[in-house]
Amino acid sequence: MQLLIEQSLNALQLGFTLFLLATGMTLIFGIMGLINLAHGSLYMVGAFIGTTAASQSGSILLGILAGVAGTAVAGVVVELLVFRRLYHRDHLYQVLATFGIILFVNELSTIIWGRAPLLVEIPDWLNGSVQLMPGLSYPVYRLAVVGVGALVAIGLHLLVERTRLGMLVRAGATDRDMVAALGVNIARLYTAVFALGAAFAGLAGILAAPIQSTQIGMGEQVLILTFVVVVVGGVGSVKGAFAGSMLIALVDTLGRAYVPGLFKLLFSSSVADALGTSVASVAIYLVMAVVLIVHPQGLFPESR
Amino acid sequence: MAVIASPAALAGAPRPALRPLMEATVLLALLALVPLASTLLDDSYLTTLATRIVIMALLAMSLDLVLGYGGLVSFGHAAFFGLGGYTVGILAFHLEDGTPIFGFAGSTSGLVTVPLAMAVSALAALVIGFLSLRTRGVHFIMITLAFAQMIFFVFVGLKYYGGDDGLILTARNMVPGVDLTDPTSFYYACLFVLVLVFLGLKRLTYSRFGMVLRGSKMSERRMRALGYNVTHYRLVAFVISGALAGLAGALAANEARFVSPEMLSWMRSGEVIIMVVLGGVGTLIGPILGAAAFVLLEMGLSDLTEHWMLILGPILVLVVLLLEGGLLSLLGKVRR
Amino acid sequence: MTVGSKLAAGLLVLAVTTGPTLSAEPVKIGFITTLSTTAGYLGEDVRDGFLLAVKEGGGKLGGVPVEVLVEDDNLKPANARQIAEKMMQREGVKLFTGLIFSNTVLAAVPAVLEKKGLFVGLNGAPSQYAGAGCHKYYFQTAWQNDSLHEATGQLATNLGYRRAVLLAANYPAGKDAISGFKRYFKGDVVEEIYTRLDQTDFSAEMARIRSLKPDVVFQGHSGGQGIAFLKQYAQAGLKDEIPMVLSEPSLEQRTAAAAGSAAVGLVGSSHWNTDFDNPVNTAFVKNFTDSYGRSPSVYASQGYDAALLIGSALKASGGSLDPDSFRKGLLATDAKLTRGPFRFGPNQHPVESWYQVKAEAGADGQVALKTVGPIFEQRGDSHSDACKL
Repeated sequence: MQLLIEQSLNALQLGFTLFLLATGMTLIFGIMGLINLAHGSLYMVGAFIGTTAASQSGSILLGILAGVAGTAVAGVVVELLVFRRLYHRDHLYQVLATFGIILFVNELSTIIWGRAPLLVEIPDWLNGSVQLMPGLSYPVYRLAVVGVGALVAIGLHLLVERTRLGMLVRAGATDRDMVAALGVNIARLYTAVFALGAAFAGLAGILAAPIQSTQIGMGEQVLILTFVVVVVGGVGSVKGAFAGSMLIALVDTLGRAYVPGLFKLLFSSSVADALGTSVASVAIYLVMAVVLIVHPQGLFPESR
Repeated sequence: MAVIASPAALAGAPRPALRPLMEATVLLALLALVPLASTLLDDSYLTTLATRIVIMALLAMSLDLVLGYGGLVSFGHAAFFGLGGYTVGILAFHLEDGTPIFGFAGSTSGLVTVPLAMAVSALAALVIGFLSLRTRGVHFIMITLAFAQMIFFVFVGLKYYGGDDGLILTARNMVPGVDLTDPTSFYYACLFVLVLVFLGLKRLTYSRFGMVLRGSKMSERRMRALGYNVTHYRLVAFVISGALAGLAGALAANEARFVSPEMLSWMRSGEVIIMVVLGGVGTLIGPILGAAAFVLLEMGLSDLTEHWMLILGPILVLVVLLLEGGLLSLLGKVRR
Repeated sequence: MTVGSKLAAGLLVLAVTTGPTLSAEPVKIGFITTLSTTAGYLGEDVRDGFLLAVKEGGGKLGGVPVEVLVEDDNLKPANARQIAEKMMQREGVKLFTGLIFSNTVLAAVPAVLEKKGLFVGLNGAPSQYAGAGCHKYYFQTAWQNDSLHEATGQLATNLGYRRAVLLAANYPAGKDAISGFKRYFKGDVVEEIYTRLDQTDFSAEMARIRSLKPDVVFQGHSGGQGIAFLKQYAQAGLKDEIPMVLSEPSLEQRTAAAAGSAAVGLVGSSHWNTDFDNPVNTAFVKNFTDSYGRSPSVYASQGYDAALLIGSALKASGGSLDPDSFRKGLLATDAKLTRGPFRFGPNQHPVESWYQVKAEAGADGQVALKTVGPIFEQRGDSHSDACKL
């Protein structure tokens, strides 16, 4: 029982991390129609800037702030220079251009930070585990990530549902031409949305840094997963991003935890091992394929 | 960018305009002269490089059939490429190993492995296409990616066929009358295949089939209203495209005498899309130019500096920002 | 000429201008390695170690002038092969080294060997070339892939552990890690857990480990995955509960430094460490740190040692790259390496000693590895018997 609760908490924590990434990507894609392969690069930049700030200043909070702010700034710069000209272009050209940006950002980061992975420590007050119930202790840091993720989710919900900016965002996702026709400064709205998406990606990066590895190319590893989540959830929809993240995280975590054991019950040990892990590897892609075949628009599509 | 399809265009196949035909001939003639240049300059690497370009061009053309002409962005074409390559690799492996596969002893005869490679890829394309064509737009992109990833992970985990380490082929396939171990002969064989496919696709895209395909890219609703089963046409195009990608994979396996799951990776799928877009979408010369440009840039730049990506990245961005239609539009063409 | 053909001609010119250089006197060494992707720091280290030896020799190895052509394979086997062919055809290179990953070795080496070239490996050493597939012009100077993990299995046995949980990524290198460990581990394997190749979150695996309650955990992840695993292991509180033993790629200097406090107290096996007390190593560590501003990793030592070995071969052959005289010189080497005693086994792979290392917090706050004691004295690998050289 404890194991199930622990695995569910694991899924929750992974889900929130994916949510931070997917939200940014889905908003940018839904509102601006931009496929941004370089979204993973923003994740990486957040991790690097945040890590450097944290080790220089000694404070992880400062690191997080720096990571978020730095990524937002970097995002805005790239948006003004490149992305602005891509919104009206065909998706294929967006793919080509953003692929070029990945190469450039990776190499620039190599020149600035070097090739070796960076060290980032969890501060003592976030370290260690806490007893949630008898027999179940859970890492404090992961609980903190869940907390931050939940806060962001609630905040984003309030932003989108209750503020003027949020209203413009929802309107833009549904019909951007109408919003422009109504006299809203679309260019500024887009930049704001992009900055927001970049900030979230950067936040995901710096939050993940202490428990993973801060290294060049770390963005590409999460990119595919983020795409999967966005598509499963429904493009342009924050609710979809949330649902997609949680579903994928659950399938991935529980799959890895229980599928090999399940297969062992059914098959011989060596077959079970080989098959079990392969199935666990492709489980999320299977889920995505099924969702797309059954409900092609995703779980909670933004209606157009 | 909207072009009204005239009834005349849809009804039949007007002869392709003369200028692109001339261009294509000159381009292919230049490619045919590479081994000569190689001998004159005493630089056998030119032939090796050109072989790689020709194979990538074939792969890019196969993708452009569905992407450029059909409007279907497949992010999983590396899967067909890799399946074709692995068919060749696995057949060679079993022949050496002595153990049969599905009752078949294996083979290193090009007349067996290449058609088989195309058949395997075509079959995969049939299954994947059938399932994927129920979706549109970005969802189609993602679902083709998903299937390719699944196949990728299967091959990575398959230790029997080398897994991530890949499979070495001890020798190239054999074709009666041609010595494929000779780099020049092998190059001409690949070029011959490229020309054949080029001519075939030229006929196809200007045939009724091709017109329906292009018409559905422009407006699916109109084609359906005209009574065409668009999904069927798309599926056929997808299968042909997959088979041709498998052909490229079989040639690549022979060229490198090595296959590995990297041939199936999403990065590779992305690179093929890059080549098509770089060269010019919706044409047949475009992919050839794009493949050549990409390979040359990658090889040439890495020669210059270890930070070659710092240069390649912005080049790609500039191509997108400054050229409306890829490299082909550099030639002052207005396509679509 | 139409514009189209002008473009094609232009591209052809581009191909030709990155063309062959004039052949010069120095012996050319093709150094193809991985300088980009997440593993770029491995290529950087072997290259810097190798070039340090060249610099110390005044541009020479073994008294023979050398020219090292470094190129990045981007971790693509096809590229590695392409670059090897380019170097052979354009620059006349006959001696190759530098490849990091086994799949790049398997892709590029056949092309080199069939042109009567020489390959002196300094990292990835797949079993395909260690046993029946051995080749007289193929050498390895660092280790054979399986030896890395056999040493760890022996270490776990020596330390008295009886029940182990083994983890690795679900691909051949991971599976080889686990099978290598099992070959020398005399206890019980409670469970083998295979993770996904692109996985960075191991919380599910941590929970499984905890529920299985083994004496020891062996995990064969390296690079970014390895660092993530170590951090999460400490995070989950498992580091203080259940000991972990690691192979060299999972606990080397850069990984330990990046994992920080999560690595402190962990134990592993290695064939080299910064604190090896011999004159060559002491000088190497100091010179490397002075030249590059960072202390060397085991990869840097591998690059350096490979250069020394190539130097001794060149010295014996008088600078000739005639494969048989080079081979004779290399196999008869008496070069003093940073790792101490070394010779080639019958399959031309290393015979060397393996040691237990422990990660400790250094005085400067950095995590460093400290050598504890020997695991194997002068051992080859498990494939050499099958080699008929």
